[in-house]
Amino acid sequence: MTDQATQPVLEISELYKSFGALKATDGVNLTLYPGEIHALIGPNGAGKSTLIRQISGEYPPDSGTIRFLGQDLAGLGVADRAQLGLGRTFQVSSLALEFSALRNVMLAVQAKSGSSFRFFKPVMKDRDLVDGAMKMLEKVGLQDRAHIPAAELSHGERRQLEIALALALKPKAFLLDEPMAGMGPEGSKTLTGFLGGLRDQAPILLVEHDMDAVFALADRISVLVYGRVVATGTVDEIRGNRIVREAYLGEETS
Amino acid sequence: MVRLSKENGLNCVLALALLAAPFVATALDEPFYITLATRVAILAIAGVGLNLALGLGGLVSFGHAAFFGLGGYAAGILASHALNYEPILSSPFELNGTTQMLVIWFVALLVSGLAALLIGFFSLRTSGVYFIMITLAFAQMIYYFAISWPAYGGEDGLSIYVRNVLPGVNTMDPISFFMIAFVLLMLVILFSSMIKNSRFGAALQAARQNDERLATVGIHPFGIRLTTFVISAMITALSGALFADLNRFVSPDMLAWHMSGEIMVFVILGGVGRLFGPVVGAALFILIESVFGGISEYWMFYLGLVLLGVVLYARGGVIGFLAGKEKHD
Ligand SMILES: Nc1ncnc2c1ncn2[C@@H]1O[C@H](COP(=O)(O)OP(=O)(O)OP(=O)(O)O)[C@@H](O)[C@H]1O
Ligand SMILES: [Mg+2]
Repeated sequence: MTDQATQPVLEISELYKSFGALKATDGVNLTLYPGEIHALIGPNGAGKSTLIRQISGEYPPDSGTIRFLGQDLAGLGVADRAQLGLGRTFQVSSLALEFSALRNVMLAVQAKSGSSFRFFKPVMKDRDLVDGAMKMLEKVGLQDRAHIPAAELSHGERRQLEIALALALKPKAFLLDEPMAGMGPEGSKTLTGFLGGLRDQAPILLVEHDMDAVFALADRISVLVYGRVVATGTVDEIRGNRIVREAYLGEETS
Repeated sequence: MVRLSKENGLNCVLALALLAAPFVATALDEPFYITLATRVAILAIAGVGLNLALGLGGLVSFGHAAFFGLGGYAAGILASHALNYEPILSSPFELNGTTQMLVIWFVALLVSGLAALLIGFFSLRTSGVYFIMITLAFAQMIYYFAISWPAYGGEDGLSIYVRNVLPGVNTMDPISFFMIAFVLLMLVILFSSMIKNSRFGAALQAARQNDERLATVGIHPFGIRLTTFVISAMITALSGALFADLNRFVSPDMLAWHMSGEIMVFVILGGVGRLFGPVVGAALFILIESVFGGISEYWMFYLGLVLLGVVLYARGGVIGFLAGKEKHD
């Protein structure tokens, strides 16, 4: 999958970020190549979400660079980076809770399809917005829940809605922070199948604790411990890596 | 297709009631009530302006008196120059005052829009209590400036001897003047409702609910909020210009912090984010003021009680109480 001759879509070099004395990101180097799913695993508090937040523009790194499609992202905000093609989901769902599922996705379709500075045409009469959003909901299997306010959706449905929002942006890379969290075994299985097909659309940086999903999906895995990448490799390499087993996988895998 | 929901029905009733009020007053030979109805219509416009920022955008501006007052002073200053035959500027070019309402409104919108652009640019970098305090501080700056600037009456304010003119309308006729205010009120409500349902409105409401989500889909919340703040200020300034014409008087009171509070009370009392909320809010406010104001000096105390009740027991204000919780698509 990883053709080293091609340029990485996302390239993180020597990234550092501390919160006071805590080194949340400690010299991270990481790449994401076209067509791959690169899983980022590590124990709680390892700094996985902090890394995602720096890529998405929410937190500024202390030092180091993040290049996306060859461009240095330094100084760009969250919205700029989304426009460049970073499609992100949150570990804890982040939605417009009063809006229906449909209107949440319509927001993403709207952002993708031109200006938000249009003051007169009602969005619900804009077929492109409504149909475009509906299509995304169908992809994640939420079409029957389209008109339910996000606040009333179940936890799992909100996770699906987050994915639909990211899909609607037609991103050039996905940053998915624990998409399986709290999905239940059935949901996880469905989502695993779905994400597997997504890599052809855009590469995925996948933060995930669900090891079945990670081993099924990942082309490469990086292991983050105390802000450092202690190992990067294929599924088999990571499974066989002694440091990783001690630091993270423990006795579960043999 | 217009969906006649409970709220739409209620809105129609409210609009008709306000429209009928001055005619009923005439029939009862109580011209004072025409003035009251006109006050309601005008102040409701200020509320509609604030409601855009506060209700749709969640921007709790405690400085909208600045825009209300700027609108008032635009009317007062332009009219006083015209009535005194004194140019506002004589060099490098001559700029004269005017008594044309259309020109006055245009100037009011322009000046308040620019002021809001500046104030919003700085204050929208903050949120929550800081935003409330900064908007208040900006408004107070303008207030003290008006008080200490003697050219236009300073603390004493500025009188407009005759009401400004609008082609084809006798503005000195109370009912005609009411109709101007009423039509403008309906227009700004219509405009708000269009904004609410538009792409811009979707982004604005999303910014209120979750600005992280809005940014994550690639829309800058700041630009959306700043634009809203400017539009909101302009509508409130239009109300100020009309208010000056109604009273034929402008004073720094229009710029004072309690005016900001009053406009906010209209919105909260009527129902935050509800189209006709400011109409009900302004009407109730003026009713309480004129009924209890005559009986007791402490009418503000009673108003406070009502407000407390609304905040505690009817979060959607009067409209929410009567028409139920708002539904999104
Ligand atoms: N804004 C912040 N301020 C201070 N400390 C923070 C902040 N954000 C994260 N941290 C700390 O940084 C460390 C890494 O947190 P992070 O959320 O990135 O971990 P994670 O790998 O995503 O963990 P989990 O698997 O539980 O989601 C933690 O110790 C956390 O407490
Ligand atoms: Mg995390």
